[in-house]
Amino acid sequence: MKTIYILWLRQIKRYLRSRSRIVGSLGQPLLFLLALGYGLGSTFKAAGEGNYFTFLAPGVIGMSIIFTAIFSGIELIWDRQFGFLKETMVAPVSRLNIMVGRTLGGATVATMQGLIVFFITLFFGFRPENWALLPVLIIFMLLVALLFTALGTAIASVLEDMQGFQLIMNFLVMPLFFLSGALFPIENLPSVLTVLVGIDPLSYGIDSFRSILSGTASFGLGLDLSVLVIVTLFCLGLGSYLFSRIEV
Amino acid sequence: MSTEDVNRPKADGTIINVSGLIKKFGEFTAVDNISFSVKRGEIFAFLGPNGAGKSTTIKMLTTLLHPTSGEITLDGHNPVIDSSAVRRSFGIVFQDPSLDDELTAWENMEFHGVLYGVEKLLRRKRIEELMKFVELWDRRDSLVKEFSGGMKRRLEIARGLLHHPKVMFLDEPTLGLDPQTRNHMWNYLKELNKSEGVTVFFTTHYMEEADRVAQRIAIIDHGKIVASGSSTELKERTGKSSLEEAFLELTGKTIREEEAGSIDHLRSMRRMWRGGGKK
Ligand SMILES: Nc1ncnc2c1ncn2[C@@H]1O[C@H](COP(=O)(O)OP(=O)(O)OP(=O)(O)O)[C@@H](O)[C@H]1O
Ligand SMILES: [Mg+2]
Repeated sequence: MKTIYILWLRQIKRYLRSRSRIVGSLGQPLLFLLALGYGLGSTFKAAGEGNYFTFLAPGVIGMSIIFTAIFSGIELIWDRQFGFLKETMVAPVSRLNIMVGRTLGGATVATMQGLIVFFITLFFGFRPENWALLPVLIIFMLLVALLFTALGTAIASVLEDMQGFQLIMNFLVMPLFFLSGALFPIENLPSVLTVLVGIDPLSYGIDSFRSILSGTASFGLGLDLSVLVIVTLFCLGLGSYLFSRIEV
Repeated sequence: MSTEDVNRPKADGTIINVSGLIKKFGEFTAVDNISFSVKRGEIFAFLGPNGAGKSTTIKMLTTLLHPTSGEITLDGHNPVIDSSAVRRSFGIVFQDPSLDDELTAWENMEFHGVLYGVEKLLRRKRIEELMKFVELWDRRDSLVKEFSGGMKRRLEIARGLLHHPKVMFLDEPTLGLDPQTRNHMWNYLKELNKSEGVTVFFTTHYMEEADRVAQRIAIIDHGKIVASGSSTELKERTGKSSLEEAFLELTGKTIREEEAGSIDHLRSMRRMWRGGGKK
């Protein structure tokens, strides 16, 4: 328990110390909010879909979580390259605990980042329907963050160096984000797209944020929760397995 | 179970047993069928030219690499099968950097102490003691990335000494350290060896260091053990008056070809130039 805590704490400290990383990673969500939120607003309204900014805000929160989470998981590669991984790998602590501590730390960081973006959307005039649901929102954010941190860790466990990073961004993270319904409504899509959106776990995360924040859901919270929990457990299992096989 | 109980010297016998150990990286055989054993409470030096296979052997002993074949037991446990039992019984100072640059010196120590389950009061006390010992106590709140190479090395050594294991592996621990710190460190280790019976397994390229502290020495070259025994025995066998000459006699005078593409080697090359002070 203590070891999980110290591994968690390490991730948090590293995050809080890298101000430039915190600020830097807010650039992208801001850009999406401004460019798309305002740029597409009138078109969206004209199509009878309502306020685009309100629609987009939960999607952009989801975006900042998935990016930060996967990145936190992938940070493992740095630990390996800078040698610190060896120090944890020879410690008398089960690799499962190491993986869990790291992943919880990364997920906490991603959730904080998501909350910062949430507060930024408030600044731009976004209002949640029901403030009392904020704790529920945070739980769902943590769940999404856990899922993708574990996924990032699983991927980092099999990569030797940062060479593959671009590949992961372009062929995993970007598709997960763009096919999640973060940017567009997922009703009445061409059937191929409907299938892709349906198998993207982030879709369920964003759907949950949207139903908590604005009361509009496509899948419903129950389904969201079930899918997220199952996929998160799967990613944690996979991550632990691959992590336990690392040789340094 | 406190670290103290575990470390009480036990009945005689061997603590490290290696037989027929082989490690291949693809086609290349880094460790080529070596066998040796280390006695409980012994100070054992593992010497050899660059690329001989010392670090690779240590990585297999410490669960970081799986052997291609061969048998290892460390305090009766097999690192492949029973890795957690093995991890509970050793401490290690790596040849390559292994600190977290984004944490402070003190945080690196604390992290280690918690991972190794050193109880809080003892941990805090030892951290202060050891950081004073390596003269980093004044810099305890500095981020490690602001440290010089020698300071980082000193911190790694202090960290390695924070928990008192049954076996201490030190892979070129004194590399880049000034003579004062080296002396200091060996005195501490010898004391630990005496008082708690900690077995010490180390590598070094300083022959006079091995001569002075090691009770027994094994020399490895091209992945094979070419000689072993006490320093006196090695000198007698080769008819030389110093361990350095005996070492050169046993391993030849040619500089080792570096295997292409190995980061490990680029690093050790770099260190050779820096450390050797030759132009
Ligand atoms: N991960 C690896 N992949 C491929 N080859 C490796 C790997 N690790 C080590 N080697 C090779 O195995 C050989 C032994 O390396 P090792 O690091 O054990 O040498 P060493 O005796 O510790 O040398 P040094 O004194 O330079 O530290 C070297 O030829 C090295 O290039
Ligand atoms: Mg080495």
